[in-house]
Amino acid sequence: MKIVAVCGMGIGTSVLLKMNAEKVLRTLGVDAEVEAADIGVARGMSRDAQIVLTSEELAPEIGDVSAEVIIIDNFFDLEEITTKLKAALPE
Amino acid sequence: MSATLADELSDDAIVLGAEASDWRGAVRLAGAALTATGSTTDEYTAEMIRAVEDLGPYIVIAPGIALAHSRPSPAVVKTGISWVSLTEPIEFGHAANDPVRLVVGLAATDHDSHLATMSNLAGVLSGDLDRLLEATDPEQLRAIIRENTQ
Repeated sequence: MKIVAVCGMGIGTSVLLKMNAEKVLRTLGVDAEVEAADIGVARGMSRDAQIVLTSEELAPEIGDVSAEVIIIDNFFDLEEITTKLKAALPE
Repeated sequence: MSATLADELSDDAIVLGAEASDWRGAVRLAGAALTATGSTTDEYTAEMIRAVEDLGPYIVIAPGIALAHSRPSPAVVKTGISWVSLTEPIEFGHAANDPVRLVVGLAATDHDSHLATMSNLAGVLSGDLDRLLEATDPEQLRAIIRENTQ
């Protein structure tokens, strides 16, 4: 399973989001690769990803991808990330 | 590099109880602190503001917290971080997380050099924001950050 965490610049918010998503996936026992990306390369990277994590402002910029786009409001709220990831994960 | 967030935050990098008139002013304070530490040039501050103008207030990543940053560029001399707490909360125009009380400025020379600091930052900022905002001097802030750093 491939997950892409997307932010505008690829060094800040997406890195935090990637770290917290990895924490959540470990707790859930899900084997997934999480990559941080800036909005410029996100579209290409999202092509073979199952899930895209991003903020509300950036979601429309990602455009039409087959991956499920999940919007995270609070990047530090592991509960929010857990709930939203769980809903998107297969089984 | 095993420097922790508390070590990275020198006195020059910390501005406590600052006042800003709007979000641009708040980002400018974080940029000025990065410049004061020798991490960036003034151009980087302008780049951080432009990032929000272009992409929206997505840098407000949690209730009350903005992570001001741009991308690696010639305006970044070395990887660095700054910390600005605001006396009066500022609206960034974020739907869920306004108003902002803490602006963390971030500059990186590449995509990897700051990862240890970011890991620290994630741990510290997922804690109690009120507690972090209690600090009135840099040493006290570093002590609170260390408490929250594993």
